[in-house]
Amino acid sequence: MSVTEIQSAPQTAQVEQREPVVNDFSISVATKNGSGSQTANTTLLRALFKMGIPVSGKNLFPSNIQGLPTWYTIRVSLEGFIARRPRAEIVVAMNPVTAIEDHQMVESGGVFMYADDLKLPLNRTDLSYYPIPAKKLATENETDAKLRTYVANIVYVGALVQLLGMDLADIESALLFHFKGKRKPVDSNMKVVRAAAEWTAANITKTDPYRVEKMNKTEGLIMIDGNTAGALGSIYGGVSFAAWYPITPATSLADALTAYLPRLRMDAETNTATYSIIQAEDELAALGMVIGAGWAGARSMTSTSGPGISLMAEFTGLGYFAEIPAVIWDVQRMGPSTGLPTRVSQGDLIAAYWLGHGDSKHVCLLPGSVYECFEFGWRAFDLAEQLQTPVFVLSDLDLGMNQWMTKPFDYPDEPIKRGKVLTAEEIDRLGGVQRYKDVDGDGIAWRPLPGTDHPLAAYFTRGTGHNERAAYSERPDDWEKNMARLGRKFETARKLVPAPVEDRVAGAEVAIIGFGSADPAIEEARTRLKKQGVQASYLRLRALPLADSVKEFVAAHKHIYVVELNTDAQLCQLLRLHVPEHILSIRACNHSDGLPLTARWITEAILEQER
Amino acid sequence: MTTVAAPSRKVNLIGLEKTDYKGLDSTLCSGCGHDSISAQIITACYELGVKPESVVKLSGIGCSSKSPAYFMNRSFGFNALHGRMPSVATGALIANHTLQAIGVSGDGDTGSIGLGQYKHMLRRNVHIVYIIENNGVYGLTKGQFSATADLGQELKYAGRNELPPIDLCLEAVIADCGYVARSFAGDPKQVVPLLKGAISHRGTAVLDIISPCVTFNNQDESTKSYAWGKAHDERINDFTYVPPQEEIKVDYEPGEVKEVTLHDGSKIVLKKLDNSHDPTDRQAALRLLEEAHQEQHFITGLIYLNGDRPSLAEHERLGAPLVHLPEAKLRPPKDSLEKIMAGMK
Repeated sequence: MSVTEIQSAPQTAQVEQREPVVNDFSISVATKNGSGSQTANTTLLRALFKMGIPVSGKNLFPSNIQGLPTWYTIRVSLEGFIARRPRAEIVVAMNPVTAIEDHQMVESGGVFMYADDLKLPLNRTDLSYYPIPAKKLATENETDAKLRTYVANIVYVGALVQLLGMDLADIESALLFHFKGKRKPVDSNMKVVRAAAEWTAANITKTDPYRVEKMNKTEGLIMIDGNTAGALGSIYGGVSFAAWYPITPATSLADALTAYLPRLRMDAETNTATYSIIQAEDELAALGMVIGAGWAGARSMTSTSGPGISLMAEFTGLGYFAEIPAVIWDVQRMGPSTGLPTRVSQGDLIAAYWLGHGDSKHVCLLPGSVYECFEFGWRAFDLAEQLQTPVFVLSDLDLGMNQWMTKPFDYPDEPIKRGKVLTAEEIDRLGGVQRYKDVDGDGIAWRPLPGTDHPLAAYFTRGTGHNERAAYSERPDDWEKNMARLGRKFETARKLVPAPVEDRVAGAEVAIIGFGSADPAIEEARTRLKKQGVQASYLRLRALPLADSVKEFVAAHKHIYVVELNTDAQLCQLLRLHVPEHILSIRACNHSDGLPLTARWITEAILEQER
Repeated sequence: MTTVAAPSRKVNLIGLEKTDYKGLDSTLCSGCGHDSISAQIITACYELGVKPESVVKLSGIGCSSKSPAYFMNRSFGFNALHGRMPSVATGALIANHTLQAIGVSGDGDTGSIGLGQYKHMLRRNVHIVYIIENNGVYGLTKGQFSATADLGQELKYAGRNELPPIDLCLEAVIADCGYVARSFAGDPKQVVPLLKGAISHRGTAVLDIISPCVTFNNQDESTKSYAWGKAHDERINDFTYVPPQEEIKVDYEPGEVKEVTLHDGSKIVLKKLDNSHDPTDRQAALRLLEEAHQEQHFITGLIYLNGDRPSLAEHERLGAPLVHLPEAKLRPPKDSLEKIMAGMK
């Protein structure tokens, strides 16, 4: 391959005769991190959303402030498929470092739009090439030299507006959303967008078939990221205390709490706060504070990712044995230390489920959408206080940090459940407190809150050795009885947690089990499989411990593919333990490369075994 | 040193007897300094009329951390994780800032595994009486050096200590803790008023109490032994604690004393003696600790006092305790969610 410098528009595929492709393609924008591309990308995404077209946007970014390569993919899908696609029809190459690779990744027949100062061999005959004078347009239309680098990225938005047939009004409306109604940045960006659209109209001959048309498929929907959804859910669940430590990809969850709580939880009469958020010195202290506050009786939470979960292991175990409510959000990413901290994974499932030392197991909620991030946000507090135990919510980077379409969140339709709390009057009537006695047969004992004004209210909280009256005990029978009760409590949890969502296809022998952010790719894969003659039932898990109904679902199918985004097939392992009698029909269908799953990969992985 | 005597009756200000403040029988070694400190906590709380139900006793792990079980049975207790009591206390006191917290830690719990949480608790000014029962040795694991062991100290198990000690009072003053004291478990007359002042303090009050380990570190030549403490205890000031609403009855000539009013209205009355330390002078406190460190002097008394910094709960602008909020205040109204949703379209 020889490198030729491209000065004018290169050879372009002869595609004029192709049928238009409307509202069904992907755009991948390659930029440098920190170059202002987020404004351009989210503006484009929201403008498409405002046009009524189903969209999804995924930010594939490095662990870096400025300079390393970043890609943003936008999928427009008239059918409503929102999973990631491995390749894009339209590639916008703004980063010279990755341009060669970006060029190779364009789908055949697609578009390669590039900043005209890129120097690379544009030698594919199956693409439309559109060079854009990004720097020139930015310089001409932005007088502030400091902002020029940033607005250079909005140039491609203007070019795409022209090429795809979008309305400038939709871009303006999206920019107003992005800048929270601030006119000045909207106007300066719009100036560049308009100039770029005009330049494109005058200088580029459209040879590709891709365009957009208004639809009504996003009517009534909102667009939001899972971390904001989780924070809002927590707020409508009555969170009073949050302690956290900065970590990608969970930081924006705490940021959303910090943004919304002052608006929603200030007591107007007394001008005092009815909440507190503390940025702790580390994740260990963050959970320590949450456990302390949960013990004292406040709805308390923390949000973190895998490395934080590791640090929280001892406190989680203490919370389990001392029976203290806490809500822990794990916005999952890849493994420890540096390397892939900004890449998605479902790799903390087993770690979270069994976190701690000495026979502990935890309720884990598994939201499969931003809607469920909200719903499980408030339900997690009810479960934690009803069960008096730490509850995990396992989200991930894809769900947490990307924008998703969703129906608006419904206000909780149930009153807050504070669980079994003993008041001074009840202690008086009962003649004392038996903190760890199972009086109701569900494994859950009654607790008084510290400060309860009764001479018999107090008890001593410690981790392991205690009897029913919370007295220190190293007696073998006390220990065994306590562990048996905790086992009963876990069975109660099994019935209380959100049930799996089942879609059984009559007569289907193949089934898929999955959870979390894999859902859109699984749903799309089922459609593809159906076209290939493979009908697949689907069970989407929404919590651990596993519901009893999972056993029956497994038994009803011949091949069960457990689709998940990790290397050790963690859910598959849990299912095999849960339904050992069907161990041979439970098949791992896992993949982990740091990117969200695609329907293509799932379809091929299943077809490989079904053909 | 003078203490205002408690009323000589069988019940205190809130009508409780001293036995209402007792704990379980101690399981620590006979003669352990920690038991003496537990007894002084009982005395201080009884004499002040602290309501036991409003107290939370928190600890980490170690011999010291067992002791909350041995005082005030009517108070809620939490034996947390090794070195992590400060974070648990922080959360508990955010959840209910009307609780009076007494934290008991040790030199290993605070000076080694918990040093980070200790410093951050001080930085946040969590409203807690933080007692370090300091014996320079790990007792429960049978005799390793702790980070407060003096340079050159020798122990049967661990040999000779070649590393300089961490001074937990110095760490506290540096971190802007507003109540820093050192005392000796063998000197109840000093410990009790120091505890009372600590309970009245607005934020974190640190009491580093040398508390001999009779089993592993009580040889006469050990700087953490009873014999050493009795022989070398140098009191740096003479002061009186005067509870709120009580008149100062101590008889001093004008100009002889300096009064410092604490957050709850109680007072510390310092007697001005020649060369005595003025605990309201931060630089003097740092100098004093540094000199004592260099010279291996065992100074005791109130080292630093400053009630200017708001506590964490004040900083967080908390009103009614979070744990008492009714559902209507916990869950924002429906229309607020609808408004947020409308803004996401």
